[in-house]
Amino acid sequence: MVDVNKKGDVWVFVESLGSKVEDTSLELVGKARELADELGVQVGAVVLGSEIAGLDERLICCGGDKVYMCQDPLLAHYQVSSYSKVLCDIANEYNPSIILFGATSVGRDLAPRVAARLGAGLSADCTDLQIGSHKDSVTGKTYDDILLQICPAFGGNVIATIINFDKWPQMATVREGVMKMPELDRNRKGETIKHTVNLSKEDLVVEILDELVTEKTVDLKGSDVVVAGGAGIGSKENFKLLWDLANALGGVVGATRPAVDLGYISEEHMIGATGVTVRPSLYIAAGISGALQHQTGMWDSKKIIAINTDPDAAIFDVAHYKIVGDFNEVIPMMIKAIKAKC
Amino acid sequence: MSYKCVVLIKQVPDTRAITGDAMNEDGTVNRSKLASIPNPDDLHALEVALEIKEKFGATVTAISMGLPEAAQVLREALYRGADDAILVTDRRCAGSDTLATSHILSCAIKKVGADIVLCGRHSIDGETAQVGPQIAEFIDAAQLTCVGELKDVDKNSITVRRVLDNGWQDAKAPLPCLLSVTDQANEPRVGAATRLMKYKNATTSANYDGDVNELREKNLLIEQYDLDQIGVDLSRIGFNGSPTKINRTQKVILEAKEVKEISPTQEGISAMVKELIEDHSIN
Ligand SMILES: Cc1cc2nc3c(=O)[nH]c(=O)nc-3n(C[C@H](O)[C@H](O)[C@H](O)COP(=O)(O)OP(=O)(O)OC[C@H]3O[C@@H](n4cnc5c(N)ncnc54)[C@H](O)[C@@H]3O)c2cc1C
Ligand SMILES: Nc1ncnc2c1ncn2[C@@H]1O[C@H](COP(=O)(O)O)[C@@H](O)[C@H]1O
Repeated sequence: MVDVNKKGDVWVFVESLGSKVEDTSLELVGKARELADELGVQVGAVVLGSEIAGLDERLICCGGDKVYMCQDPLLAHYQVSSYSKVLCDIANEYNPSIILFGATSVGRDLAPRVAARLGAGLSADCTDLQIGSHKDSVTGKTYDDILLQICPAFGGNVIATIINFDKWPQMATVREGVMKMPELDRNRKGETIKHTVNLSKEDLVVEILDELVTEKTVDLKGSDVVVAGGAGIGSKENFKLLWDLANALGGVVGATRPAVDLGYISEEHMIGATGVTVRPSLYIAAGISGALQHQTGMWDSKKIIAINTDPDAAIFDVAHYKIVGDFNEVIPMMIKAIKAKC
Repeated sequence: MSYKCVVLIKQVPDTRAITGDAMNEDGTVNRSKLASIPNPDDLHALEVALEIKEKFGATVTAISMGLPEAAQVLREALYRGADDAILVTDRRCAGSDTLATSHILSCAIKKVGADIVLCGRHSIDGETAQVGPQIAEFIDAAQLTCVGELKDVDKNSITVRRVLDNGWQDAKAPLPCLLSVTDQANEPRVGAATRLMKYKNATTSANYDGDVNELREKNLLIEQYDLDQIGVDLSRIGFNGSPTKINRTQKVILEAKEVKEISPTQEGISAMVKELIEDHSIN
């Protein structure tokens, strides 16, 4: 176990692809900056890989103070055995107070294994992280300046605040898009620390036979307008109307889980607890009932228009504009109005 | 060769069917209002184990940690084709977080021994997807998470296709190995009605007055262990041994926003679009 180290830094495990730091990691560095400022400590970013030169600059511009560069040919491909070894070694050496991971395929594979080896607590899929205090109801003792890990539980029906006051580091995973992308400050200064990696071939336990990495084609998070459809749209053909509206607005199309499951649209368009979190300027929800699992992925949108034939649909609880009606009629009217104005 | 497979099955409340009256005022869930089911992903894990049994030869042991009622998910595992079932139940488990749960389950796995451990990718109540990798660490096994397809098993290794955020990966790991299985892996079998009838009578030793050996012979015994029987380190479990604790929970209460009702007519819609252009929501 790594001891409780109140002076420990706030760390981010950095994922990168080629010469690019993944957005999730940059978002986490932004959040780590806020947490570290509140605690009066520094932000550390840990980068593992074989060709990682130059990534430190980007991380510093986004808010990092120290970038630990763990470079080794054996780290070329992510593997839980080698990556967990390096990460545990470096955590034991520097004693951070917090380590944040993206809730990605890699983060979800790695973080629990690291937590188990360190004997540390880990919470999954946090939607917010804050610094605060906790009063233990059994001992009456108060713990100040600890990480409040806020995450949905029970299929999104409950929001739980998880804490870990004695078995550090405090660890959490966070989904892509949940934290805001920090602004780039080209004048920021930071320190790059080369960390010597102690690995041998035996540390690569798994053999990767073949893989297919597909580029994400839809940029749901980056888009200012999202037109989303649910099971109420009824068919793949009907979804075309949503594409038309999205095109008229320069936006993208999103969907609920049932719409994906029914084959109306591919999985990368899914918004919600198990999909992507978006916060566009305008979110249009058509044929969506508004289940919490969907709402958690969109309720931070600045303006929400909901179109539903059921006047009591839960989606209207979070909408700014409520349109009780059939999307087949309403959407063509919207397209017409937009074309007339522009 | 016969492989020893262990499948981990959790009994969960059906959170997909949650409604307002299943929620308590303080934001906790009233589990008694929800049906208890085997965690959906775990049935896919069981199906992979049965596939290994049929194609490569294996024994399949289902293990669950939970309240005595969790015997029900083990009965289901038996009728779907598991060879044995073990229930770990002990009051001292209460308050265990994922790390503590993983410690307990790993002790049970070590007691029976396993070449391949299979669990669901995530549970629908805990939803952490942490228990699998943490068990792999504690039993010192390789791990293959997000398994979407079983490819091959041979004397020393197992090969699967993993489904990842952006694509897939075919990977081969040495045994012992832990797999966390997704719902894409297969369609779980239902099990024959005759088996269903038979295994309805499966019971734990604690609930049986007669000769336990008789039950065992008929394959109707669900072995029941407490924490002492599987050698759990009590300092690592329960509320005190769990690193994470709950500070508070809240029911999700949605903030009422100012909502404008728009009539579904061309005039109504055009006025709304105009407003959105004026406040730059539409550019
Ligand atoms: C663990 C878990 C995770 C989940 N994660 C997600 C997630 O990430 N994202 C997600 O979206 N869901 C998720 N879900 C599912 C979620 O609970 C809901 O089932 C889902 O969001 C409902 O989708 P829907 O609104 O498309 O369908 P429905 O609930 O079936 O709603 C369809 C709506 O369309 C309306 N409608 C019908 N015809 C018309 C018409 N002609 N014009 C206008 N309106 C019409 C109906 O009135 C109805 O309100 C998850 C569930 C679980 C258990
Ligand atoms: N109490 C339990 N008993 C048996 N298996 C469990 C238990 N808790 C978790 N698991 C297994 O671990 C997987 C992941 O659970 P979780 O980490 O809660 O998302 C589940 O799909 C189960 O296979």
